[in-house]
Amino acid sequence: MPQNEYMERWRKLHGRRLDHEERQRKKEARQGHKASEDAQNLRGLRAKLHQQKRHKEKIQMKKQIKQHEERNVKSAAEQDPSTPLPNYLLDRSNPTSAKALSSAIKNKRADKAARFAVPLPKVKGISEEEMFKVISTGKKTAKKGWKRMVTKPTFVGPDFTRRPVKYERFIRPMGLRYKKANVTHPELGVTVQLPIISVKKNPQNPLYTQLGVLTKGTVVEVNVSELGLVTAGGKVAWGRYAQITNNCENDGCVNAVLLV
Amino acid sequence: MATILPPPSKRQRREALERTQLQADVTPAPIEAGSFKARFVDSDSNQLAEVVEIPLADANEKNVSILLNTLLGRDREDFTPYRFRIHIPSSDVVIDTYPSPQEFLAVLRSHGITNPFETTLTLSAEPQAVFKVQAVTRMANKIPGHGEAILAAQFSPKNSSRLATGSGDNTARVWDCDTGTPKHTLSGHTGWVLAVAWSPDASRLATGSMDKSVRIWDPETGKAVGKPFSGHSKWVNSIAWEPYHQWRDGTPRLASASKDATVRIWLVNSGRIEHVLSGHKSNVSCVRWGGKGFIYTSSHDKTVKVWNAVDGTLKHTFAAHAHWVNHLALSTDFVLRTAFFDHTKDIPKTDEEKREKAKGRFEKAATRQGKLVERLISASDDFTMYLWDPDEGTKPVARLHGHQKQVNHVTFSPDGALIASSGFDNHTKIWSARDGKFINTLRGHVAPVYQCAFSADSRLLVTASKDTTLKIWNMQTCKLAVDLPGHQDEVYAVDWSPDGKRVGSGGKDKAVRLWCN
Repeated sequence: MPQNEYMERWRKLHGRRLDHEERQRKKEARQGHKASEDAQNLRGLRAKLHQQKRHKEKIQMKKQIKQHEERNVKSAAEQDPSTPLPNYLLDRSNPTSAKALSSAIKNKRADKAARFAVPLPKVKGISEEEMFKVISTGKKTAKKGWKRMVTKPTFVGPDFTRRPVKYERFIRPMGLRYKKANVTHPELGVTVQLPIISVKKNPQNPLYTQLGVLTKGTVVEVNVSELGLVTAGGKVAWGRYAQITNNCENDGCVNAVLLV
Repeated sequence: MATILPPPSKRQRREALERTQLQADVTPAPIEAGSFKARFVDSDSNQLAEVVEIPLADANEKNVSILLNTLLGRDREDFTPYRFRIHIPSSDVVIDTYPSPQEFLAVLRSHGITNPFETTLTLSAEPQAVFKVQAVTRMANKIPGHGEAILAAQFSPKNSSRLATGSGDNTARVWDCDTGTPKHTLSGHTGWVLAVAWSPDASRLATGSMDKSVRIWDPETGKAVGKPFSGHSKWVNSIAWEPYHQWRDGTPRLASASKDATVRIWLVNSGRIEHVLSGHKSNVSCVRWGGKGFIYTSSHDKTVKVWNAVDGTLKHTFAAHAHWVNHLALSTDFVLRTAFFDHTKDIPKTDEEKREKAKGRFEKAATRQGKLVERLISASDDFTMYLWDPDEGTKPVARLHGHQKQVNHVTFSPDGALIASSGFDNHTKIWSARDGKFINTLRGHVAPVYQCAFSADSRLLVTASKDTTLKIWNMQTCKLAVDLPGHQDEVYAVDWSPDGKRVGSGGKDKAVRLWCN
């Protein structure tokens, strides 16, 4: 850490090096080569940090490119919208996704046959050996092995308090807890990150449902209140079921598909 | 099969226990003995009667209202119900809702009056309508008929038995609300019908459409009158009729605002264009024809313009808004719309008498401190509204800010005391029309509120929202009175009939719904 702005002060007193611009240009021209070399040759923590930085830069870059592309597209505002709209909505570019979501859900609710169908009807079984790790506790007792740690991601409700250590049979690690799921609407392809309310059904085992284990195929209830969906009775719909589609323990996130 | 929650902790159990014990204590507070002195003023702070002493035990709003009527020397038949606001002495705090006798002292003390018996309270009395509209509570009819979404709806000014709607299926329809049946289908337009407007004498109906034309219909026969008015080069957003008391020898005029940035004034009988008001630079979103001979237009070019109706010249340009101006409302909208129809239901015989009555009603509604004042409010995409007095020049009376998203719709209450504004932030806000002061926010909708309409007695407000419901609000308490679910999709248009009996609404689910109590 510099004690004060000595570099700036020096620059103010003496100006820049005479070849500053030239060096700057060359440095910039070298950047690509430098990045490539770093990406290939860095090892260990430095490689990790470099990749993180690069990843963020790439996201920024992609976003910017997308923005430019959007700007270049001819706007469809000149065309009349296909569905009739009142005059006060005519010239507005409406964010229609959430709305389309709600009407799609309504249409789907009408055909009852689809009600109990889920996108992933079958999943691979997970044995208890894989699910639980035996924890041996106690000072003298490497023998005492009645405690289990859940090795899969879990959802733990907001008002969960731990039992006393003595009575705590299942440990759900903090690092593997999830509160939010990326929920996709299957027909619209809209993905929204929504808070999980509860785990409704884990197809593996009712015990896993109780523990709130999130595995592929689990049905969770998500909070859709921010989408502003409304039931036929005029009440705000806020809980809706979704099925998990990925192996959360491998991916580090929960992806789910809305059951409509 | 859900995740099992642990049993409540000791702390939670203790709190629950405390809650139950607290709730048990519900004995009403006793009314304290004593009295206070009251000075009655009207809304312009002119003193109405001498200062009187009122015993606290009897000081509910109804009794005080009767007392004031008696002080003013009225007969029992002429009694007007009043609503009171309490002005706190030596500060500009105003208590909007009159407290009950039990909580009277507590409310005063909470505003810093330690000894109410020593101070004289100023009560500003606002006359209420002598008739009372009851809140609609149920859906009376669901009338299918339109093939596409309903975009506009308006009740006939005469009574609640006729409703006109414009739809995306290129027709307008007139409905018989007494029987809940379709009356006429007005087909002829080749584009969506975006605007419907009844003439103030209920003899004509004007529709404006996406096909750039305005058509006039006879609502009794359902036939078109004359040719369509063509001249606009883009769709028609809004239509305003000339106020009835200004009709010259039976030739009404009407103004239509269009996307093509012009407003055209038509002679209805011949279909001739009298004036083209061109001056706006963009889409004209709304037009209003005031009773003092001015036409008010708002536009997406951020301005509100005032025109002379007679010669079509520009009088003022109000350029305070920072974004599109979406909607306009006049303090006299209701009387201009209903002309000579009022709650007494006696319609004058001759045209001359009708004009006299319409003029009288307009002047009664617009007179403020001996002057004819017509206030204008404009709602904008910049989240604010401005209250204007066009006679006072181009300086706004007040800037009404508080909405968190675009303001879509704004209305004056029929008695001209309140302003309701609804916007895309899901809220409706209530403002005082006198000085633009914020009164309350009506929260309840969970999606943008598209339109709102006051009941004829100004005591209730109905709002229509994207969340498929209508909600009725009580203006005295600013609370939800009735929730009206029933629409299956967004509600685009709502109107409360001028006689207060029915509410009509239409939206994306294509069926007109009529609500009554």
